[in-house]
This record gives sequence, structure tokens and C-alpha cells, in this order.
Amino acid sequence: MPRLPALLLAAAHIQPGEASGLLTGFLHPVSGLDHVIAMVAVGIWGAQLGPPAIWLLPVTFPMVMACGGTLGLMGVALPGVEIGIAVSAIVLGVLVLAEARPPLAAAAVVVGFFAIFHGHAHGTELPQGQSGILYSIGFVIGTGCLHAVGIALGLVHRWSPGRLALRAAGAVVALAGVGFLVRGLA
Amino acid sequence: MRLAVSVALGLLVLSPVEAQAHLVTTGLGPFYDGISHFTLTPDDILPVLALALLAGLSGPSGGRAALFVLPVAWLAGGLLGLSRSSELSMPALTASTLLGLGALVALDRKLPLGLVAGLAAALGLFHGYLNGTAKLGALGLSGVAATLFVVVALVAAFVVSLRAPWSRMAVRVAGSWLVAISMLMLGWTFRAG
Repeated sequence: MPRLPALLLAAAHIQPGEASGLLTGFLHPVSGLDHVIAMVAVGIWGAQLGPPAIWLLPVTFPMVMACGGTLGLMGVALPGVEIGIAVSAIVLGVLVLAEARPPLAAAAVVVGFFAIFHGHAHGTELPQGQSGILYSIGFVIGTGCLHAVGIALGLVHRWSPGRLALRAAGAVVALAGVGFLVRGLA
Repeated sequence: MRLAVSVALGLLVLSPVEAQAHLVTTGLGPFYDGISHFTLTPDDILPVLALALLAGLSGPSGGRAALFVLPVAWLAGGLLGLSRSSELSMPALTASTLLGLGALVALDRKLPLGLVAGLAAALGLFHGYLNGTAKLGALGLSGVAATLFVVVALVAAFVVSLRAPWSRMAVRVAGSWLVAISMLMLGWTFRAG
């Protein structure tokens, strides 16, 4: 019998909002189509570029995204966040469509630049009452999972029809980005 | 000017705050309270995870060093912290610790054994001290130390066993995730401050 109250007491350690903070953080990048397509595109582009970009880009993105998130958390305004996110989809989509092969550093800079906008959006859109650290853990994991999906999709790049399919996917991402941009400017 | 900014940032990172008590009472005794405290505290788990990954990347000797140094240092720091009257929390320094360890994992540089052991000792003393101020008690701290031993053993051994190049890269990606989380933790600290 003492076990039940013990378990209830243990559960009391969870602060209000903590569990939902983890889930909210995970779902934030996953539930927004603008975030999803851009991050999956990062993974696909990395797979097209091959090693070491296939790892470098998904490593660069979350770290720079966290910088943007920190700016958002601290209340530092960043103009045109939604437009930046839409443009990220357009640029990344075009890069996938063209199978662009810039120098590795340039690819990392492109991905890192747009990661700031995505991170800032995450940082400013935290719902009230959520646990900060668990929200952060959730959305970093969510972002990483999206990259992993992109890399997994990009593995078809080794086959000729697969390369074609990836380029078509890039076109879809770019078109979706145009749609988000039009909506953002309206 | 640069010096003033550096001093200001340093003071912010080092500034302690009084933590709100959040000890777990499992009803199974203080040893299990210590285990629960550790496993339910992300601020403690994440740096330990980062150190275990780093130790594993450093090879079997690095893993063995962290395996024994970290729990002992944590226990020693905790016993020192027991003498403090109120619970102490240093969120910015905790986040900075995670930032440094995560960056080392992401960079995957071969570290000398002494440095791995030194990092384990520093991490253990710091977090152990904070745990001690939370009044976990000697038995509670022993529970934490035992959990640390198991966690470091499992994670470091897993990393040491990795052979495929891509699997080592996956560990580095995990390190970058830890860096990202730590930077956001710093953001939360600045926002709270």
C-alpha cells in the first residue's frame, strides 16, 4: 500500500507544464509545414552532397538554430522571420532541384543563415506555462528527426530514378516556399 | 570595453540563485530518492550524457576514467554541499558546462586521458555540490553516484563499441544537439534574469 502514495509523491516532482513542454517542443517543428519542408530539404541536400556534408549540414542547422532561438527567447526582434522561413524553403528547394554543389563552407553558411529564422520562430512562439528546458530538448530532437527523414529520403540519390525524384521533391519544396512567401507578404 | 563585457558575462554565468526545493520523495528511502532526483533532472542528466559520449569517443581508457572519476567526484562535491544551508542553483554555469562538453563531442577531437578525467572530476564536483545543497543526504548522493556509474558505463561502452564511421558521426550529431539545447538553456537563463 505505501507504494501508491509514494508514486504520487514522485509524480509531484514534475512541474506544471513540463511534460507538455517536451511534447510541445517536439511538435513545434513537426507540425508547421514551413518548418518541415525546409528541414527535410536540408537533409535531402546533405544526402545529395554526400559526406561530409550529409553530417555537417544537420550538425550546423541545430546549433545555429539555437542561436536564433536564444535571440527569440531574449526578446531580440528579428525582422521578417516568416519571410525568412519562406525564402529558406525556396532557396533550399532550388538547391535540391539543381543538385547544387557549392563549397562545403558555403553550403554550411546557407543552411546556418536560414536556421536563425527557424530558431527565432521557435524561441518566440513558446506557449505560456511550458517548461523551457524540456521544450528546448523537444524541439531540438524534433528538428533532428526531420533532418534524419530528409537524409533517409536522400539515400535514393544513388539510383538514377531516385535522383530525379529528389529533384522533383526540391521543386515541390520551392513551390511551397513561394506559397508561404505570398502568404507572408499578404 | 571588451573587458567590461567579459566581466559582466562572467558574473552572469557564475551568479548563483537560490533554487526552489524539488526533492523527490519516492517513499522507498533516500537512496532511491537520489536515483529519482537524478533521473528526473535534465540539468544533471544532459551534462552526464555529454561526458559519457565524450569519454566513449576517447576510447576504452577514457571511458574507464570517467566511469570511476565522475561518481567519486560527484559524491565528494555532494558531501561538501551538504554543509550549505540553502539549495543553490547556477543555471547559466550548468548550461555553459553542457555547451562545452557538447562542443567537444561534436568536434570529436582526441583528448588526452588526463583531460577526460579532469573534466569528469570538475563536472562531478560542480553538480555534486549543487545536489548536496539540495539536501539529498549521504545516502541520496550514493544513489546518484550509483546511477552515474551505470549511465556512464552503458553510454561510454556503447560509444566505444561503435565501429562504422557513420555511427561515430551520429554521436557527433548528438553532441551538436546537446550544444543547441545548452544554448537555449542559456537563452532561458538570460530571459529569466
